[in-house]
Amino acid sequence: MAQTSTTNPAYRGSGPSWEVVIGLETHAQLSTASKIFSGAPTAFGAAPNTQASAVDIALPGVLPVLNRGAVERAIRFGLAVGGNVAAKSVFARKNYFYPDLPKGYQISQYEIPVVQGGGVDIVSPTRGAIRVRLTRAHLEEDAGKSLHEDYHGMSGIDLNRAGTPLLEIVTEPDLRSSDEAVAYAKALHGLVRWIGICDGNMQEGSFRCDANVSVRRAGEPLGTRCEIKNLNSFRFMQQAIDYEVRRQIALVEEGGTVVQETRLYDPDRDETRSMRSKEDAQDYRYFPDPDLPPLAISGEWIARVKAGMPELPEAMRARFGTAYGLPDHDAAMLTASRETASYFEEAVRAGGVEPKTVANWMLGEVSAALNRAEIDIAAAPVKPPALAGLLARIADGTISGKIAKDVFDAMWAGEGDADAIIAKKGLEQISDEGAIEKLVDGVLAANASIVAEFRAGKEKAFNSLVGKAMAASKGKANPAQVNAILKRKLGG
Amino acid sequence: MHSHDTLAGLAARLAARELSAVELAQDTLSRIATLGPALNAFVTLDAEGALAQARAADDAIARGTAGPLAGVPIAHKDVLMTAGLRTTCGSRMLGNFVAPYDAHVVEGLRRAGTVLVGKTNMDEFAMGSSNETSHFGPVKNPWNPAYVPGGSSGGSAAAVAARLVPGATGTDTGGSIRQPASLSGICGLKPTYGVASRYGLVAFASSLDTPGPFARTAEDCALMLNAMAGHDPRDSTSLDRPVEDYARALRAGASARPLEGLRIGLPREYFGAGNDPEVAAAIDAALAEFAKLGARTVEVALPAVKLSVPVYYVIAPAEASSNLSRFDGVRYGHRAARYDDLTDMYCRTRAEGFGAEVKRRILVGTYVLSHGYYDAYYLKAQKVRRLIANDFARAWRECDVIMGPTAPAPAFRLGDKTDDPVQMYLNDIFTIAANLTGAPAISIPCGLTKGGLPIGLQVQGDYFAEGLILNVAHRFQQATDWHDRAPALGSEP
Amino acid sequence: MTLTLDEVRRIAHLARIEIDAREAAEVHAKLEAIFTMIDELQAVDTTGVEPMSHAQDVVLTMREDRVTETDRHAEYQRVAPAVEDGLYLVPRVVE
Repeated sequence: MAQTSTTNPAYRGSGPSWEVVIGLETHAQLSTASKIFSGAPTAFGAAPNTQASAVDIALPGVLPVLNRGAVERAIRFGLAVGGNVAAKSVFARKNYFYPDLPKGYQISQYEIPVVQGGGVDIVSPTRGAIRVRLTRAHLEEDAGKSLHEDYHGMSGIDLNRAGTPLLEIVTEPDLRSSDEAVAYAKALHGLVRWIGICDGNMQEGSFRCDANVSVRRAGEPLGTRCEIKNLNSFRFMQQAIDYEVRRQIALVEEGGTVVQETRLYDPDRDETRSMRSKEDAQDYRYFPDPDLPPLAISGEWIARVKAGMPELPEAMRARFGTAYGLPDHDAAMLTASRETASYFEEAVRAGGVEPKTVANWMLGEVSAALNRAEIDIAAAPVKPPALAGLLARIADGTISGKIAKDVFDAMWAGEGDADAIIAKKGLEQISDEGAIEKLVDGVLAANASIVAEFRAGKEKAFNSLVGKAMAASKGKANPAQVNAILKRKLGG
Repeated sequence: MHSHDTLAGLAARLAARELSAVELAQDTLSRIATLGPALNAFVTLDAEGALAQARAADDAIARGTAGPLAGVPIAHKDVLMTAGLRTTCGSRMLGNFVAPYDAHVVEGLRRAGTVLVGKTNMDEFAMGSSNETSHFGPVKNPWNPAYVPGGSSGGSAAAVAARLVPGATGTDTGGSIRQPASLSGICGLKPTYGVASRYGLVAFASSLDTPGPFARTAEDCALMLNAMAGHDPRDSTSLDRPVEDYARALRAGASARPLEGLRIGLPREYFGAGNDPEVAAAIDAALAEFAKLGARTVEVALPAVKLSVPVYYVIAPAEASSNLSRFDGVRYGHRAARYDDLTDMYCRTRAEGFGAEVKRRILVGTYVLSHGYYDAYYLKAQKVRRLIANDFARAWRECDVIMGPTAPAPAFRLGDKTDDPVQMYLNDIFTIAANLTGAPAISIPCGLTKGGLPIGLQVQGDYFAEGLILNVAHRFQQATDWHDRAPALGSEP
Repeated sequence: MTLTLDEVRRIAHLARIEIDAREAAEVHAKLEAIFTMIDELQAVDTTGVEPMSHAQDVVLTMREDRVTETDRHAEYQRVAPAVEDGLYLVPRVVE
């Protein structure tokens, strides 16, 4: 078995090193209310065939009518990736027989897609920041589903999903490892959600990837590729590509050749296997759909869509660096989703706190609490102004950072805002010089042995005394003052 | 007893309550019962439905809420969906298919108040020029039952020619309205592509399919088109244009030379040696008549038109091969009784459900779109289609209408061409171009052969010139009586 | 162009139409005649000619993104060859 590394683009087999070449095709279901060519709803999970209209089940005589909302989302995507939104694009028929494809053809775009070119920026673990070039993105319709439960030896066909709008996003073969493939897929996943064109729900199949994988010896022309389907999680994508790379390298090293084919990833066995059903479907007989004249998109429409676009994550990340002085890591984390970013900005706008403090708290306490509760930031019980209110109490010395964590937990539990909790629980910081001095005197008197250790040169003993003083104040004493007074009293 | 009235005449008498819709429906149904079976013009009759619609029409007329064609009995080609009444497309594949919706043109005629008596026989999936490919058997030409009525809308043409109904619908993909109109001695209009919606028309070749009317006169065609035309948002190729009254020009008073100044283009390609001499003579006589009406002729050149047939037999089968893929035995229609697996189920279902001509065209279409042949056939045909359209665009600078024979020969005998598809296809040599360009054309009767078979004149116009070609045909019919000639039927009541 | 008998079988399978040896031979002869007629096109000079896919030079009109359809599966399935639990039944689908 050939050795492979998932973090190095040069997968090692025996002899000269192997290079992996990957291109991804992603099917993003567009978040429209109705289907791409019919007025049937697109909601997930309805009873079989209850959301399949006459057009969706291809009754004779009915015709497709394009959904403007699907096109608008394609334009958004084109603008977001810096691609060319085609002034004129063409719908074509892709012909093949399959029971989940009611017309016997899929309406797609072939020669002239709606979005041409563009790219997605990612950070490769080995190559640093790179731009993954997109070949195209085109509009098409989703197919129905075959249910393989046994109906007297037959399969059941549910056409609810048939006609759901898809944007198929195709990269150039720019990716060199499963890590890069996953980084790209995650960036794309974030982007389509960011611009509001796809809900990104991978369990429900809203965002599905196919990977075209080939291997070659460094410097050689492209090898024969296999297309792996059914990559419905980032983890499976990584495992499937790694398996496929190992399989292809082993095959070639044993003197075999890779056959171009479609393979299915089986997560239970962690392997890919050939899909026999696709074997004879290679001649799709594409031709322009005579039912649909060309799709024209005016410059004016593009301008209107552009005006309604949110700030894109890359631009926002750069701005978070310059405007808020955040380190790049923080800026990247806070722009991982639109909700996270707007939470941050709302908290900063509420005033009274340093942006960096807000960032620290969001990436620390808030993030941990969200993970524990398994909820999205939009559902966080502590809203941005409330968080800002809490952080302001640290800044103005009302409470310590340590106490603030307890206050945050109380806020999360719904006990009220920061001020109310501080007042109710009497958590306000003790900053009165006299009071602290009295407290410190008590500690020194009660801990003569530790004082002696300190005087004998054991520096750590000082921290122990600070701890005792803080404990005596139930954490409320201003730690800086405690420090200063202790130092003075111990003859510093 | 009312069978010799035109559609316009019947509509007027119904509106004036000189005649009740129920009485007319009963009369129509009994005439169909007597004469219909021998012609095999109908696939499905709906006597009960017709009487119910007639009663409703009488009520509407009495209340003053009736549409312009209230109570007029009509028939629809069995390729147009009729809610609740089966639509077979002349195929075993759809032998029992009942749609829950009306085609747009069916809806329009229903709204105008027409009474639907039944669905007419046709070549299977509208593929044919003789009406011999129907699963329900061939239709006979009312002028001579040994002859074909033309196709693919042969049942509608025969039903109107035999005066079973005053009007019927058809669809025209390569001449399927005009050629049977010509062979059966009636009028048939193919409007501009996009003027009448294709919604509810079972697609044969989507970029060519055009619904249109059959009737005895141009005026009747205009009245039917008024009810059939109009924008339909359910068809992306339906055109959103201002509503037009196609009968308006026809209502202008007659003068001695009503077509003064009309320029008739005569393409030399339409007048070659291949035309039957009797057809050529009848067209010449018609042109002489037009000269008397004030028109003059100009010669025009349509050099690419001779390529219409090969272009058509690439594009139409290509589109058909894809359009007919939905007939797979999964959601409706025929499914083979025995099969080994999924692929076998598809293959047997389609082998059993489709007839020979349909299968042949699916194979041609599959081939011309397949890998390695697309450019040489499909793309090439689309380019030559453009050349044909360019020829017409040039011709329209020199003339207002183009005339010639609708078909090179009168009706042929049943069975004469069934073994030679290419000879059959050549029947449409003059009609196909209008489908390729999308412009309108009408066929009107202009003579009879010595053997008593009708001859048709085709009048073509530029895009949206329906009003013009209907008026040109109407003025001819005011001056001649070919449209009044009726076949002598054996058991004429 | 010569269409072989094997190609006839290949396209028949692509079109999912069962065809036996006798039919294939018969169809083959007729298709050859049709393609001889069609091959007339090959002689035409179409350099620089824009292909014509539609009868009218128009662009797509679009519908607004609104749900306009209701559940009619019971009605649609009345004409179906085999259904159960709202599903269309087909011979086992193998992937």
